[in-house]
Amino acid sequence: MPMINVDGQEIEVKKGENILEACLNAGLDLPYFCWHPSMGSIGSCRQCALVQYQNEEDTRGRIVMGCMTPASDGARFSLKAENATQFREAVVESLMLNHPHDCPVCAEGGECHLQDMTVMVGHRDRRYTGKKNTYRNQYLGPLIHHEMNRCIACYRCERYYRDYAGGKDLGAQASHDHLYFGRHEEGILESEFSGNLVEVCPTGVFTDKPFLKQYSRKWDLQSAPSICQGCAVGCNIAPGERYGKVKRVHNRYNHDVNGYFICDRGRFGSGYLNSDLRLDYAGIKNPDGSFFAVHQQQALNTAADWMAGKKVAAIGSPRASLEANYLLRELVGSKNFAPGFSDQEADLMDSIANILQTSMSINPSVKQIETADAILILGEDVTNTAPRVALALRQSVRNKAFELAEQMGLPPWQDAAIRNLAQDQRSPMTIVSAMNTRLDDVASACVSLAPDDIAAFGHAVAAALVGEITNNPQADAAAQMLKMAKNPLIVSGSSMAHQGVINSAAAVADALSQTTSMLSFCVPECNSLGLAMMVADGASSHLKALVKRAAKIDALIVLENDLYRRGDKALIDQLLAGGAKVITLDMYENGTLDQSDLVMAAASYAESQGTLVSSEGRAQRFYPVQSPASERLPSWEWLLRLAKATEHKKLSKIENFDQIVTACAKSSPLFTKLVDVAPLNSFRDRGSKIPRQTHRYSGRTAMNSGVSVHEPQQAQDHESPLSFSMEGLNRDQPASLTPFVWAPGWNSNQSLQKFQSEVDGPLKGGSSGVRLISSSQTGADISSQITQISLKPHQWHLVPMEQVHGSDELSAHTEEISELAGRGFIAIGKKVAEKLAVTEGDGLLVKQDDIECSLEVRILSRVAKNCIGYSAGYAEARGLVAGRLVSLQVDKTWQRSGPEMIASDKAAFQPVVGDGGTRNV
Amino acid sequence: MEKVLTRNIEPGKAPTDMTAYEANGGYQGLHKALTSMSSLECREVVSASNLRGRGGAGFPTGMKWSFVPMDDKCTPGHKYLVCNADEMEPGAFKDRLLMEYDPHQLIEGMILSAYCIGADLSYIFIRGEYVVAIDRLRQALKECYAKGYLGDNILGSGFKLDMYVHPSAGRYICGEETALINALEGKRANPRAKPPFPQVSGLWGRPTIVNNVETLCNIPHIIDRGADWFKSLGVGEDAGTKMFGVSGRVKTPGCWELPMGTPIREILENHAGGMQDGLQLKGFLPGGGSTDFLTHEHLDLAMDYNVIGKAGSRMGTGTMIILDDQTCPVGMVLNLIRFFAHESCGFCTPCRDGLPWTRQVLEDIEQGRGKTEDLDTLEYQINYIGAIGNTHCALAPGAMEPLQSALKYFRDDFERHISGGCCPYHSGKGA
Amino acid sequence: MSNAKMIQSDISSVLTLQEMAAIDHELEHVPYKSGAAIDALKIVQAERGWVSDESLQAIAKYLDMSAEELEGVATFYNLIYRRPVGEKVILFCDSVSCWISGCDSIKATISETLGVDYGETTEDNRYTLLPVPCLGACDRAPVMMVGDDLVTHLDTHKISEIFASSKSGDQS
Repeated sequence: MPMINVDGQEIEVKKGENILEACLNAGLDLPYFCWHPSMGSIGSCRQCALVQYQNEEDTRGRIVMGCMTPASDGARFSLKAENATQFREAVVESLMLNHPHDCPVCAEGGECHLQDMTVMVGHRDRRYTGKKNTYRNQYLGPLIHHEMNRCIACYRCERYYRDYAGGKDLGAQASHDHLYFGRHEEGILESEFSGNLVEVCPTGVFTDKPFLKQYSRKWDLQSAPSICQGCAVGCNIAPGERYGKVKRVHNRYNHDVNGYFICDRGRFGSGYLNSDLRLDYAGIKNPDGSFFAVHQQQALNTAADWMAGKKVAAIGSPRASLEANYLLRELVGSKNFAPGFSDQEADLMDSIANILQTSMSINPSVKQIETADAILILGEDVTNTAPRVALALRQSVRNKAFELAEQMGLPPWQDAAIRNLAQDQRSPMTIVSAMNTRLDDVASACVSLAPDDIAAFGHAVAAALVGEITNNPQADAAAQMLKMAKNPLIVSGSSMAHQGVINSAAAVADALSQTTSMLSFCVPECNSLGLAMMVADGASSHLKALVKRAAKIDALIVLENDLYRRGDKALIDQLLAGGAKVITLDMYENGTLDQSDLVMAAASYAESQGTLVSSEGRAQRFYPVQSPASERLPSWEWLLRLAKATEHKKLSKIENFDQIVTACAKSSPLFTKLVDVAPLNSFRDRGSKIPRQTHRYSGRTAMNSGVSVHEPQQAQDHESPLSFSMEGLNRDQPASLTPFVWAPGWNSNQSLQKFQSEVDGPLKGGSSGVRLISSSQTGADISSQITQISLKPHQWHLVPMEQVHGSDELSAHTEEISELAGRGFIAIGKKVAEKLAVTEGDGLLVKQDDIECSLEVRILSRVAKNCIGYSAGYAEARGLVAGRLVSLQVDKTWQRSGPEMIASDKAAFQPVVGDGGTRNV
Repeated sequence: MEKVLTRNIEPGKAPTDMTAYEANGGYQGLHKALTSMSSLECREVVSASNLRGRGGAGFPTGMKWSFVPMDDKCTPGHKYLVCNADEMEPGAFKDRLLMEYDPHQLIEGMILSAYCIGADLSYIFIRGEYVVAIDRLRQALKECYAKGYLGDNILGSGFKLDMYVHPSAGRYICGEETALINALEGKRANPRAKPPFPQVSGLWGRPTIVNNVETLCNIPHIIDRGADWFKSLGVGEDAGTKMFGVSGRVKTPGCWELPMGTPIREILENHAGGMQDGLQLKGFLPGGGSTDFLTHEHLDLAMDYNVIGKAGSRMGTGTMIILDDQTCPVGMVLNLIRFFAHESCGFCTPCRDGLPWTRQVLEDIEQGRGKTEDLDTLEYQINYIGAIGNTHCALAPGAMEPLQSALKYFRDDFERHISGGCCPYHSGKGA
Repeated sequence: MSNAKMIQSDISSVLTLQEMAAIDHELEHVPYKSGAAIDALKIVQAERGWVSDESLQAIAKYLDMSAEELEGVATFYNLIYRRPVGEKVILFCDSVSCWISGCDSIKATISETLGVDYGETTEDNRYTLLPVPCLGACDRAPVMMVGDDLVTHLDTHKISEIFASSKSGDQS
């Protein structure tokens, strides 16, 4: 290990790291702005300056930038030398020339890296007497607020948005001290990852717009370690709550999963939690169809009555925790339990769970995906089905650049130099899909095929890999690309709703027969894989089978599931109106709830704890940020109480959450490791629970005095090692119990480095979660048979197009997300549009069997023959089934939407053009 | 003295075309090199000639070229030669002359240099305001293609080279070689961090050499007549001749080719004709707007890189700017700082925000609002911005050079501004 | 969403065939389309005097760049005009040698004669006055460019000669 000397202290450094990283790793406080652990160095802000000495005799030294200086053995530095400290102070002083003194009204205040660094360098008194530069702000959409006056021109936003996340519509404009970071013209930021600007910006230029409307300081937020419920990737999040509302969601670092970044659905999609449409009380249906509110016990008693001695069936949910699903399944018995997938989904999830257990490939973590050097994507528009994975894939294609850099001896943190060296050279990525995907811009090849043909393509690649002649040059090329790679990766998933596509992906992965090959599936919901693993024993039912038995069911319990999203309306009507008493546990009004006889108000993810299994097979625990409001209960608690009320033999012995986990772990060999997912309730860190509140949390005893002057008892958490309190330590505990990051002198999210074992490494408490699935030696058992659909004239294959904003059931209830989702759409190619004489924004009637939907036209540049896409999961497209044939006709009654329907609050802003850099022009 | 770079240039004489250039020995160097010398031999001659870069930094040209990966050490792909014709240094006006009046000399120099480093594509990155030079260079390129001096298989040697004129969209920082490369790539011209140096990863990530116009104009003569001949031209430590210029209120401002090492006094008095009547010399910037002031005591120094360097300034472009005793030194420095503050690319903090602050302080002093502590602020800024390494590139340290030397030599002028509450030079310029 | 306008409008309705041909010519020797960004901006500006939002969007589309990327480039350079300019741009050198030679008073004369300050265009739309970094003709200071012509050894007499026909409103 090389050693460097910093202020007389010998520091062991990692080969290839830079001095800034070395200093931070040694626990030294060296200020910085433009450097970012995942984006490397550019040497722009000049903040991490220190003095480097030639040798022991050299007492003068020279200023160098820590982030741009390799840590070479024997090098000598000083942080404390006067010229270094003066220089760093001078840098902050110059950044402050134009920075407004608006901290009291700035949303970044209290977690501002610029504030922290200003204090750290000791800058206090202003000497500059000139005027400050001011800028006009831009409307950037409903998610991000723009306040350019605060900009310190560190270039992080541009580097993140453009270089890292592949966004095109934000960048640096003008020059000298008139730099401007924004769009060409006002409008909604196009990237699905725009929200990370909030955390990337070291000050308050880009702030969380929905948070601004209900603002609290970071130190006043109560946070908990949580898991995003927006998709199956399992990103770790830290929601912040105050006054009973979840005010914002921040990224929570998990080295193996989301790292520093989450998608906009994850960050902004929790607005529905605070909605008035949430259920507060249990309710029993009146004869007129309305519900009357009842107390929890009354609801439980009623349910118990309906269940006693009767035939009870239950439907679980891929968006509910493993614990709740487990309890429900035990409560009614495996045979009477359906996991709550649509029938199509059930088969797909069954094969995916099976393939992942039997394939020789690794099911990679997001971090591992970033190591891929050749990628084949079969059928998925990953940005829309597993957004964070797509962000990782954008990094994977850069491995070519890192390879070139290594040949030249450039360290990987030399960001600008590596980009200049590699230019557009990327690791190969072949995307085989029915239509445009959001990763096409970094793909080396895009192949447009109908789902059946995607599957055939995959099998051709597999055949080519084992040396067969395929007569398919594109497949041969893809096979060659994978063969040449060190870490080949196949990505597929369930969004094509096509068994053959999934099988073909497995076939390619196994044909590679390398231990380093990776196979990743995008699956629909946060616990889809967990649920599929739970029912992998085959003992449970399908939805369709339950419908057949509907007449014989006396009571049906539905757990957090709107069944109308899972199957034909007629079918679900038959099930719910078949005479059985329907008991529903959910949190938000939906069609299933309307058809229920008894409703139990379920707590949201922010009010309960549970375990989810991500698409990586990683089981992770989420914890409540707040205790449930009103009469809500976590679903697992409803079900545990229901088990007690019905005197269920096995379940009534269970007393607490940990015991559910233990029981669930015993229920299947796949779940054995569940007990290791997170520490037990009894865990204490140095004698105390982990506090959810910062130690500067204010008004704890007074914040509710507007409601009652009596000081209520502080909420208690009896089920987890976390407390609703500021007492205790939040440092170095197991990663799964880290609710927020803060360190003395580091109030912003940059304090994360104090929690990491090393810069960009796992947290000191490890990486949260436990992988339940490992690769196998047997190889997946898969069929290469594909059932072809035959088309009649004027019919098209209907291909689902998942959308980050709009397709997910719950986040779509969030105002900002629904604004971005726009109207339900039908996506067609240019030729079809010409034939139908429609343009973008027109309406089409889409007919499938007896379903008829009126959808907005979107025109794509790349569409496979005979395919059309539709906005999956949108209310307007409800009932359409993927893979089946449809016919199209122009909707003559269609009203085109005006632009004001999208940018609703645009009118509140003056039209703005960025500060032009042209001299005086 | 033998005229080398300006042998085709005389007042009142028309610019040279192909015929005129060849008639006076033009393209002999090219013929000689491509028919009888290997590229290695050519490089060795240039190295041996001690030619130093004429753009300002004075880096030995042969050594710069030696970092370019050659033959099998180079990965397959293009190599580039770029001529830096972005003459924007305040007070510099030598390259314009060479390009407008003898475009073929530059082109021959570029073909030879490209041959030396194995480049197959070359660009003349020229400032957009030089419309005459752009026209004449383009015309000359046409003649070269017609003559077979450019294109495939030049003079049957198998050597291939294409050359383009790229007019800049205007920005002083483009004169910095890595910023220039970014500009050529169609990007914002922020300088790049070094290493990697352009010689290994430059334009489009490929090996690239960027040389100044005057540097390249020397190459045909060095190849044609040899290193020893070239070295013999200088009268001091450095080799060759140099374009020296004088501007400001002298009798005959202008630009002349003189031997390296010509004493400053000779340039100023013999060629520029001395100060205009009624004016005294107060100081001068020896090599353009980003070099330190020198004064009377330095007049007998030789214009050599090291000599001027030891005196505390730089030879820079070799074009001097003269400060007379009736021009306000504070106003002159303010003019320069204003220029540099505006031309900062905005990439790094000290330059982007430090220069406008410095400008503001100087404005206060010049306009009579200065305070005594402002001089401390200026010293502080010099210390903060002025050292190479403190900033991302050399722009801001260069900007500080006239300021720091003005404070050294003309401090009383600054103090008189502050104590008097106005500019003591009521020359109608600074106020 | 902001690009919707552009996606639907055909580039050819914004860029002329000559402009596209000239850009194509530049594209021949750059490995990436964006490499011709500055050339393309200059080509369009040469035709139209300046680069409007509409032109910028069309060029960006033609070069497979986003408008933001091209805007970043366009606003960086002094000689790309993102606002309308007059028939001729006066590039007035205010750098050090010209300043020593008294350019401030010449500038005052121009402003008085034409009724414009830096960044402004004369009412008759003939001239836009801009400052320019050192024009590299310091031996002939003070200097300026009017359109493509370099004018040297400026004095008040010369100024009134050049702008004789374009005086500000107060002339008698």
